Amino acid sequence: MTPDPADVVIIGAGVVGTAIARTLAGYSLDLVLVDTAGDVGAGTSKANTAILHTGFDAKPGSLESRLLVRGSALLRSYAAAAGIPAERTGALLVAWTPEQAAALPSIEENARRNGYLAVRPLPAGELYAREPRLGPGALGAVEIADESIICPWTTPLAFATEAVGAGVRLMLSTQVTGVAAADGCHELATTRGPVRGRWVVNAAGLGSGAVDRMFGGDGFTIRPRRGELIVFDKLARTLLRSILLPVPTARTKGVLVAPTVYGNVLLGPTAEDVPDAGDTATTAAGLRALLAAGRRILPGLVEEEVTAAYAGLRAATEHADYQVYADAERRYACAGGIRSTGLSASLGIAEHVAGLLGEAGLPMKPRPGYAASPPAMPYIGEAGVRPYQDPARIAADPAYGQIVCHCERVTRGEIRDALASAIPPADLGGLRRRTRAANGRCQGFYCGAAVARLLAGARGPAKSGVSAETREPAKAAEPAGAGEP
Amino acid sequence: MKVDVLVVGAGPAGLSAAIELRRLGVGSVLVAEREAAAGGVPRHSWHTGYGLRDLRRVMTGPAYARALADAALAAGAELRLGTTVTGVIAGGGAGLGGGPVSVSMTSVDGVETVRAAAVLLATGCRERPRAARLIPGDRPAGVMTTGELQQRVYLSAERRPGRALVVGAEHVSFSAAMTLAHAGARVIALVTEYDRQQSYAAFRLGAALRWRVPVWTSARVERVAGRGRLDGVEVADVRTGEARFVPCDTVVFTGDWIPDHELARLAGLAMDPGTRGPVVDTRLETSAAGVFAAGNLVHAAETADVAALSGRHAARHVATMLGTGSKSLAAGARGAGVPILAEPPLRWISPNTITSAATPPLGRFVLRSRDFRRPARLEVRQDGRLLARSRRVRLVPERPVHLGAGWLARVDPAGGPVRVVTGSLPVWLGAPLRRPRSRVSVRRGRWRAEPPATSHAGRRHRARAAGPGLPPSAHRHGERRRRSTSAASPP
Repeated sequence: MTPDPADVVIIGAGVVGTAIARTLAGYSLDLVLVDTAGDVGAGTSKANTAILHTGFDAKPGSLESRLLVRGSALLRSYAAAAGIPAERTGALLVAWTPEQAAALPSIEENARRNGYLAVRPLPAGELYAREPRLGPGALGAVEIADESIICPWTTPLAFATEAVGAGVRLMLSTQVTGVAAADGCHELATTRGPVRGRWVVNAAGLGSGAVDRMFGGDGFTIRPRRGELIVFDKLARTLLRSILLPVPTARTKGVLVAPTVYGNVLLGPTAEDVPDAGDTATTAAGLRALLAAGRRILPGLVEEEVTAAYAGLRAATEHADYQVYADAERRYACAGGIRSTGLSASLGIAEHVAGLLGEAGLPMKPRPGYAASPPAMPYIGEAGVRPYQDPARIAADPAYGQIVCHCERVTRGEIRDALASAIPPADLGGLRRRTRAANGRCQGFYCGAAVARLLAGARGPAKSGVSAETREPAKAAEPAGAGEP
Repeated sequence: MKVDVLVVGAGPAGLSAAIELRRLGVGSVLVAEREAAAGGVPRHSWHTGYGLRDLRRVMTGPAYARALADAALAAGAELRLGTTVTGVIAGGGAGLGGGPVSVSMTSVDGVETVRAAAVLLATGCRERPRAARLIPGDRPAGVMTTGELQQRVYLSAERRPGRALVVGAEHVSFSAAMTLAHAGARVIALVTEYDRQQSYAAFRLGAALRWRVPVWTSARVERVAGRGRLDGVEVADVRTGEARFVPCDTVVFTGDWIPDHELARLAGLAMDPGTRGPVVDTRLETSAAGVFAAGNLVHAAETADVAALSGRHAARHVATMLGTGSKSLAAGARGAGVPILAEPPLRWISPNTITSAATPPLGRFVLRSRDFRRPARLEVRQDGRLLARSRRVRLVPERPVHLGAGWLARVDPAGGPVRVVTGSLPVWLGAPLRRPRSRVSVRRGRWRAEPPATSHAGRRHRARAAGPGLPPSAHRHGERRRRSTSAASPP
């Protein structure tokens, strides 16, 4: 498929792989980005707690701590520039037992050792003044003012859009099955033919251990750790202001309650090691445990409707820290074992990997005339103005006044834009991640058929969906369609 | 823009309300409908049986939807399709005509604020999807609600070949089975946690006989499996816990209705924890003066004709409030409201507060039960005082239970909440210890029809003869209830 070897082939188009691609795109390099899935950010990147961490709770001195502090600062400004929904809600790390309360000062101290200073203790009275709906029995908290929420779907999509715009070749639905040496470069065997590259970067997430072994590494093994989460209805959003964190244990950050940028409330995650790196099923026991935790933390939450339940897999390893290194001899770099913090650290990891590649001998000449510019992504958050709320936008293009998904208020214009974007969705899931369509409380009761029709109309060569659409009570469709350009 | 009445939602309740408002001389009636077509759920319910109680003829859902929309236009109501109401701000004015209410709307014409002297919320209801039922497992395609299925099949002409399973065994579940059969699916079974199905023959019987779909009772879908595409579901026996895997290509989650109450909640209306819709009095006015609610937003889900009559009922009170309707309906000063509480096994009652002696829609209250109960009397009590005792009613989950309104005059406006409880009868007065017979039952996986209960048909006939809107049998029931009250020994 690629007769001339690329300078660098990046395996994995998750949030880390796409971040590396957009960072390397600033140099005079021929880049290929491959992924098994049919979309970017469709693996471990798409299902997480959607928090932009400050890194206050990382292990001081670790690579994760360093890249997290750097990465979250970079992502904060990138998000603002690219229109990635993000909100600085702050977090409250709440102690529920005397032992947990006793641990709060050490958590503050840990944050300071990570260079994060905006932490302060919050006595119980002040805590309840801030979060009056918090369950009874909280003894106090630590406030982390800069913890934020972010859209985990727009982030890798923005990175990939920027990369593709800078000439990176994106190969989706392409699984790497092996590697061989050929003419001084790597020849990757893939499900869509051979892909050759002088250098290879492993950002394969849950597959990073297997890819590392293909390249002769034996330093780590991925042990997928499943986290189940429950998304509550938007009407629950008024129950809290900040992210409510538990006191972490050695194993997990624990079950948190957090607002989402889409205006929902998230409860989770659980932490359970699973043998199968594809096992993103929720379980009865997991959901039960989450509801029990939710009832304790924010009793009003469980009175609200559940919008969705899902599970994500963390690419955990036997090590506590990220597995990031470059090997000059093998012309190979690895960014593996990136767990929950990968979203927040992504740009830090990318910068670090670029540095390692340069030190290892990859020629890093800035691309002449290239100025990195974050793409303008469609805004799908609740903190800003959505198209349906924007009279000027509707006046310019009435498709933005035609709401298709009622629960999430997604317009036909937004769906049309997503389908015609640089990296169009491969399926309904991809469309949901780009627009929020069919993601709401009715889960398709009202709009499922209409959204499927728009998706089929964009994909089907016969455009069979179009005829079906005009068939829908034609008379009634007129007023809505009359203003279409 | 200013209108006299803004109706939110052009389903059976909203359209019927608009027709009645215009008939009663209300000047400007604007109906905002977010879908591209008017009619609500009947638009995509292809079976017959619509229009029975309100239009006095029987037709298919789409025909019914068209008939109501045409009648609303003919009556002079303005219908705005593709128009989403995104917020309602009650004027906070005190008492009658206290509005105006401010409403923001989005359509292809832009963002607009409409001020209305009164607003009627008729936003309907939806089925709880799989996620809201917290059924674990994978998240493959092929899992949907009846609403989505019907739109895919009847509005998008989608085919769904392969095996299909229907979760639920109430009326709508049979409708889903029929839709699946129309789409080319083979329906393996209807699955219900109850030990019997909850529907009755009526219109579904023909379909059931035709497609020979068994009902798996005391069974629950416990897990959904399939990566990308649905492989099947795990169905467990709720008594033994024994589970088995059922391969299928489509799973339809039916019923388990919840009002589409977002606007009501954003407007800050008092909500009823039972119906999960706004609290409404017998005139269907909410806790905010000038804001009314009708249809399946206040009783999810009744049949379309009952929703339509609920809309018509609200319209009459709105018209009276605006000075064009019947003076006899004038409620006078609106009291603080005495709440009506439905106690277990009853789940909810609608309307659910009393602010005047006005009769509720159809002259009766509608209730739901969470369990099957053999025929029992409902008792209406306030502060321990027995206000009324109903005739014997059979309780079936998701099926309406009706309670007459003859006791409203006996409610003490200054008293505590009115409680509706399921009365306990002495054994010799109670029902025989037999399983209530459902009129469609399964024998060795085959449908068997039992003769319809003539008493039911008779009651329906009488109700129809008495006419909608009027309290057809409230008085008579009241009489009978008083008799039974004095006859029965207090518990």
